Amino acid sequence: MNIVVLVKQVPDSGADRNLRNDDNTVDRGSANNVINEMDEYAIEEALKIKEAHGGEVTILTMGPDRATESIRKALSMGPDKAVHVVDDALHGSCAVATSKVLAAVLGQLNADLVICGAESTDGRVQVMPHMIAERLGVAALTGARKLTVDGATLTVERQTEEGYEVVTASTPAVVSVWDTINEPRYPSFKGIMAAKKKPVQTFSLADLGVAPTEVGFDGATSAVVEHTKRPPRSGGAKITDEGEGGVKLVEFLATEKFV
Amino acid sequence: MSEVLVVVEATKEFGVKKVTLEMLTLARELGTPSAVVLGGAGAAEALSAKLGEYGAEKIYAAEGDEIDGYLVAPKATVLAELVNRVQPAAVLLASAQEGKEIAARLAVKLDNGILTDVVGLAADGTATQVAFAGSTIVKSKVTKGLPLVTVRPNSVTPAPAAASPAIEQLTVSVTDTDKLAKVVERVAEQKGSRPELTEAGVVVSGGRGVGNADNFKLVEELADLLGGAVGASRAAVDSGFYPHQFQVGQTGKTVSPQLYVALGISGAIQHRAGMQTSKTIVAVNKDGEAPIFELADFGVVGDLFKIVPQAAEEIRKRK
Repeated sequence: MNIVVLVKQVPDSGADRNLRNDDNTVDRGSANNVINEMDEYAIEEALKIKEAHGGEVTILTMGPDRATESIRKALSMGPDKAVHVVDDALHGSCAVATSKVLAAVLGQLNADLVICGAESTDGRVQVMPHMIAERLGVAALTGARKLTVDGATLTVERQTEEGYEVVTASTPAVVSVWDTINEPRYPSFKGIMAAKKKPVQTFSLADLGVAPTEVGFDGATSAVVEHTKRPPRSGGAKITDEGEGGVKLVEFLATEKFV
Repeated sequence: MSEVLVVVEATKEFGVKKVTLEMLTLARELGTPSAVVLGGAGAAEALSAKLGEYGAEKIYAAEGDEIDGYLVAPKATVLAELVNRVQPAAVLLASAQEGKEIAARLAVKLDNGILTDVVGLAADGTATQVAFAGSTIVKSKVTKGLPLVTVRPNSVTPAPAAASPAIEQLTVSVTDTDKLAKVVERVAEQKGSRPELTEAGVVVSGGRGVGNADNFKLVEELADLLGGAVGASRAAVDSGFYPHQFQVGQTGKTVSPQLYVALGISGAIQHRAGMQTSKTIVAVNKDGEAPIFELADFGVVGDLFKIVPQAAEEIRKRK
């Protein structure tokens, strides 16, 4: 099975994150940039399928030059190769334009299965799998907590608010996964060394037949007008329990009219 | 005034969800709200009274197995046809898994911008979003097409505005491509009588400090006494104390209730990302240096196994 895993480089969600003041895009310059955490689960799932059913795993990243670090990191977990879409004109692309570019690449890669994280930790927009599936005319099985592959039939379990759904589709398809699906492996030393030599093919917009005006700020379908930092919350009263902590807590809740 | 389409979120168990009422309230600022019900046979009829109570002037319904038996693609197809026909001033959906997914496909079909996790919407279509775990407030606009936004639950207070909507049944003509992802089974998991996590006015969450699954009864008891939902930190979920669908945080649900009670939760960034826009936060933790106290309007340093039962008892006394 030919599997493509979408990997996005994002600013580390464990540190301070900002939008840039000059163009309102995510500030990657000052951030510690890492693989989107949910994508590691997507990589793990792809590797497990390859181990069980054979095939090839390709990492697909759209992003600036520095995303190369994340691509190598992803490869160190075990995928065979990577594709990097890199073009200055992509800076400032909205989700709709991003899906257009990713669909254009996927159109060339002949994937049986595209796996991605259910959302990225920076935007948390959660739209990419369905946008790509819509463009490619294939099924999207999203939010999987379990994925079973039986020949060309895919079955996922996905969490809903009432319980869960079991959904099936045939390949080719896009599957997105939550972090409940598996436990991603750590790259081995051998994996890290091997990753340095794995092929990374780059695509520009011209290679994909996408015009620069369709992406970036020119092609954006939405725009940030302004952004401000929310003032940090300040802690209020803190007491140490000396036998009456529970009562004091309820007294506070009562003054706030919750009790 | 132009119509504003509000795609209804509802469940069999609870009927129209609160976020739908919030969307109807927001929609009135932009035009005349029309509710869109996409679901199984008879879905709209059951919901119409409630939708009218909050100002839906009209209800469009697309119902049946063709809509309900597959993941969102058929819903997006029907909605795109409706948008093309009525040319609404805006389309609002809930910022939950399905709402975002329908909106995603609609954006591609219409080549239209999309804004998610919206917490406010001005009459000119400017949306307010909170980004980066609630640390940044963003104002943004759709610059191509109509405002297509997904609204985060607990963003506005629903305001009633009586209307008596008629139901218009839509013709459902979906393609084979819309029916590629077939739902073969829906399994309901017991929820009890607690409100849904993202919509609840009060959320009581437990973390690693709760110690084990059995002890979560304490968290549930306090939640029930306060009429709230139960949440859990990632540490608690990863340790198997509580199911994943109740996880609050960066990789779980984002909640923004009136009151958030954090029990045995240290307050790592991962967790704060999902709850720091809550109106009032209280915390109980044995470690006085835990970062959760930096957010808490009221914090108690001590043993939650003593403090929580005492608090529960005190609430009972006052009832």
